[in-house]
Amino acid sequence: MSLAALFFYLFAGVAVASAFMVIASRNPVHSVLFLILAFVNAAGLFILIGAEYLAMLLVVVYVGAVAVLFLFVVMMLDVDFVELRQGFLQYLPVGVLIGLVFLAELVLVFGSWTFGQGVTGAVAAAPSDVTNAVQIGRVLYTDYVYFFQAAAMILLVAMIGAIVLTLRHKPNVKRQSIPVQNARTKQMAMDVVKVPSGKGL
Amino acid sequence: MVIGLSHYLTVAAILFTLGTLGIFLNRKNVIVILMSVELILLAVNINFVAFSVFLGNITGQIFALFVLTVAAAEAAIGLAILVVFFRNRGSIAVEDINTMKG
Repeated sequence: MSLAALFFYLFAGVAVASAFMVIASRNPVHSVLFLILAFVNAAGLFILIGAEYLAMLLVVVYVGAVAVLFLFVVMMLDVDFVELRQGFLQYLPVGVLIGLVFLAELVLVFGSWTFGQGVTGAVAAAPSDVTNAVQIGRVLYTDYVYFFQAAAMILLVAMIGAIVLTLRHKPNVKRQSIPVQNARTKQMAMDVVKVPSGKGL
Repeated sequence: MVIGLSHYLTVAAILFTLGTLGIFLNRKNVIVILMSVELILLAVNINFVAFSVFLGNITGQIFALFVLTVAAAEAAIGLAILVVFFRNRGSIAVEDINTMKG
C-alpha cells in the first residue's frame, strides 16, 4: 500500500468516524468539535487530491469561522441538552431506514454509472507550471467574475441580516448621539449666575 | 493500490448519508440539524472537487467555492435566527417551532 493510499484511508476514516460522532454525541459542544475534526480531515483529502486552495479555504472558512460561530452559539444558549436528547431512540428506526435507503440508492447509482465516451477516469495531467490557486484565479476572475461578485453580495446580505436579526437595543443605556452633541449651543450648555459677594450660592 | 475517483465518491456518499441520518435522528436539537446540513454540503464539495480533479476541469473547484460561500452565509443566518428564537421562546426544540403551522 502506497503512502498516498495510507493517508487517504487515514483521512477518510477519521472524517467518517467524526461525522458519525457529530450526529451521535450527547453533548453539542462535542458535536461541534467533531465537526471541526471532520472538516480538517476533509481538507486533508483535498490536499491529497491536489486541490490545495480549497483545502486551505475549508480550514479558514469552516474551522476558523463557521465552527467557532457554532461553538459560540452552543455555549451562549442556556439549553437543557439532556432534555433535548430524549426521544432519540424514538426516531432511530425510521432514521436508520431512511439512511439505508439513501445509501442503497447511492450505491446503485455509483455501481451502474460510468464515464461518457471520450472521458477517462484516470487522473488528468494537471499543468505543472502553475499552482492550483493560480489555476482557480485565472478562471474565477475572468469567466466567473459575475458569480464571484454575486457570492460577495450573498455574504454581504448574510452579514447585514445576521446583525439586524441579533441586534438588541436595551433601554436605560446611555448612548452617544452625534446630532444631539452637534446641536448643543452655548446657551444650552452654560448657565451664567451672578453670585452676590459674601453670600455664596 | 491506486486511489481513484470511486474512493472519493464513496467517502462523500457515506458523509451525505450520515448528514441525512443526523437530520432524522436529532429531531429536537436545531443546532445539530444545522451541523448535519454542513456535513451534507461538505459531501457535495468532496464530490465536486473529486470530479474536478479527475476530469482535469477546474470549474468544479470554482463551484465548490460558491457552495462554501453559500454554506457560510446559511450558517450565519441560521444561527442568528436561532439566537433570536431562543431569546423569544427560551427553547430550541424543533417541536416547539410550530407558530407558523407550515
